[in-house]
Amino acid sequence: MAKKVLMKGNEAIAEAAISVGCIHFFGYPITPQTEVAEYLAKRLPKVGGLCLQAESEVAAINMTLGAAAAGTRVMTSSSSPGISLKSEGISYIAGSDLPCLIVNVQRGGPGLGGIQPSQADYYQATRGVGHGDLRLIVLAPSSVQEMASLTAQALDLADIYRMPAMLLADGALGQMMEPVDFSAFPKRDVPEKTWATVGHNNARPHNIVNSLYIDPQVLEDSVKARYQRYAEVEKNEVQYEEFMTDDADIVLVAFGITARICKSAVTAARAAGIKAGLLRPITLWPFPKDAISAAADHAKALMSVEMSMGQMVDDVRLAVNGKKPVYFYGRTGGMIPSVEEVTKEICSLANAL
Amino acid sequence: MKTVFDRPHALCDVPLHYCPGCTHGIVHRLVAEVIDELGVEGKTIGIAPVGCSVFAYNYFNCDMIEAAHGRAPAVATGVKRTHPDNVVFTYQGDGDLAAIGTAETVHVAARGENITIIFINNAIYGMTGGQMAPTTLPGQVTTTSPYGRDRKIQGNPIRVCEMLSTLDGTALAARVSVDTPKAVINAKKMIKKAFQNQLDGKGFSIVEVLSTCPTNWGMSPTDALQWLRDNMIPYYPLGTYKDIDAQEA
Repeated sequence: MAKKVLMKGNEAIAEAAISVGCIHFFGYPITPQTEVAEYLAKRLPKVGGLCLQAESEVAAINMTLGAAAAGTRVMTSSSSPGISLKSEGISYIAGSDLPCLIVNVQRGGPGLGGIQPSQADYYQATRGVGHGDLRLIVLAPSSVQEMASLTAQALDLADIYRMPAMLLADGALGQMMEPVDFSAFPKRDVPEKTWATVGHNNARPHNIVNSLYIDPQVLEDSVKARYQRYAEVEKNEVQYEEFMTDDADIVLVAFGITARICKSAVTAARAAGIKAGLLRPITLWPFPKDAISAAADHAKALMSVEMSMGQMVDDVRLAVNGKKPVYFYGRTGGMIPSVEEVTKEICSLANAL
Repeated sequence: MKTVFDRPHALCDVPLHYCPGCTHGIVHRLVAEVIDELGVEGKTIGIAPVGCSVFAYNYFNCDMIEAAHGRAPAVATGVKRTHPDNVVFTYQGDGDLAAIGTAETVHVAARGENITIIFINNAIYGMTGGQMAPTTLPGQVTTTSPYGRDRKIQGNPIRVCEMLSTLDGTALAARVSVDTPKAVINAKKMIKKAFQNQLDGKGFSIVEVLSTCPTNWGMSPTDALQWLRDNMIPYYPLGTYKDIDAQEA
C-alpha cells in the first residue's frame, strides 16, 4: 500500500511541485496561502532549488516569467488580491507562450475582502486574468490529495500546451489536513523547450521571448495560432466527476470545497427520496460543457452551488443553453454553505418542480 | 585589406528604428562591443524594456526577452537565479527604470542580484512622444509639463546612481555620457566593467548613460548634445558613485 502523509493542502501543493521537478518558486506572503512559500523555503534549498521572496506580487510573477522564458519549470503562488497584482504578468506570460503554474488559494473579496475561503475569483480565473485574448488552464482541486495531484498535472499541461496553468483552490483546502499519497502521479511526455532563452551557445540563431507585435495582421495571426492550441486543450483535457447523476432529476454543479458539501447534500436528499446528483468540474477551463449539456438532457433542473454571488452559473447556463432551468445557490465573503443549507435548497427546488 | 571598423557580432545586421541623433545607437554598439570582447554572446540573455528601446530584442544577437514596462529587473532575476552561469543584462530607459519599475530596480540592487543594468537617462519619455519622466529636470518643458516641471506640482527628479549607491547589494553604480569621443571611450570602459563584475560574481552593477532625445527635446542633434552638457550633467554629475573594487583597494 502506498504511503500516505498527513499534511495541509498548501503544503501538499508545495511537495507535489517538488516531486515533479518544479524546484523554483517566486512569491510574496499573503494569507491563506503562505504555507506554500514557507514549506518551499525549507525544502527547496535541500533539493538544489530556489524559493525567492520577491518585493511584490508584480515582481514575483515577472521573476516567474523570466525563469519560464529560460526554460525552467517554475511556479508562483498567491491569494486573491495578489492574483490581481499578478494579472499583468500573467497576460505577458500567456502572450509570450510560456509555461508555468500559478496557484490561487482564494479568499473573500473584492478589495482586501477577508481571509476566509471563497470561490469568487472564478470569473477572474476563467475570463479576466489579464488583458487581451488569452486563456489559462484552470484546475480546481476538492481535496488535499487533489491539491497535490492537480499541481503535478498542471505543470505537465503547462509544458505540453506551452501556456500558464492555474490551480484554483480556496482557503479551506489550503488550511485543512488530509492524508496524501505522492507516489502515483501519472507522468506525461512534455516537449523539449527549444524556444527557451538560455544562451544560443553560438549554435543557433538567437531566441526571442516576446509578446509585442506591432503589425496587427501578425498579432492576429499569433493570437489565432494560440487559439488553435486552446482548441486542442478543450478537445483533450476536460475533466469532471459525476456523482449519482445517472437518474438524477436535480443535478448540482459545484467545484472545489463546495463540491464536497454538495456530495453530502446529494446523499441527504437521496435519503429524503429526492433524486439528486452532482457534476463536479475539475477543469474550470476547459469547462465540461458537453457533460453538463448531457446531464441537462435527462435532469429536470440544474443548480450551481458556489462560494460567490454566482459566477460559474453563467457557464452552466451556456452549457445547458435553455434546455432546462438553471438555479443558483451561494454564499460569499468567506461564508461556507452548510450541508443542511444546500439540502434545504435541493428540497425546496424538488417541491417546486 | 585590413578591416579597421565593423559591426560587432552581438549587434544584429538590421535597420535600427531610432531617431536621427539619438544616442541609443551608440550605447547599443558599446554593449555589443563589450559582449564581443568578453566572448559571452552565446551565454548572454538580454532583457528589453518598454520604451524607445522596446525593440532591443531584435538588435542584440544574444537570446532576448521582452519584459513588461518596468519589470526587466524582475525578469532578469528569474533568468539569473535559475541559470547563474549565464550573463544577464537589462537595457532600460528612465520611465521604465525610475518610475513604473522603481521597486524592481531598488530591490534587484538590494538583493545584490549578479546582473548588469544599462540605464538610459534622457530626461523624457521618448516612445510615447515627449512626456515628463522621473528624471525630467526642474523647469524642463515636456508635453505633460507644458509650463516647465514645477517641483511643487510635479515633484523632483530622481538621481538613480546616488540612490542605488546607498544599498549594500550594489557593486557598481556609475554615471557616464556619450556626448564626446572621450566620453564614449569612458562609457565603454564602465559598461565593460559592469559586465566583467557579473562574470566575477561581484553582484549588481548599473551604468547610467546620459542620453539625448533631439526629437522630443525639439533640437538638432548637436544642440541636444550641448543641452545635455549645459543642463543634464550639472544636475546628474558624471562619475562612479559606488565601486566595491575601489572600496576594497
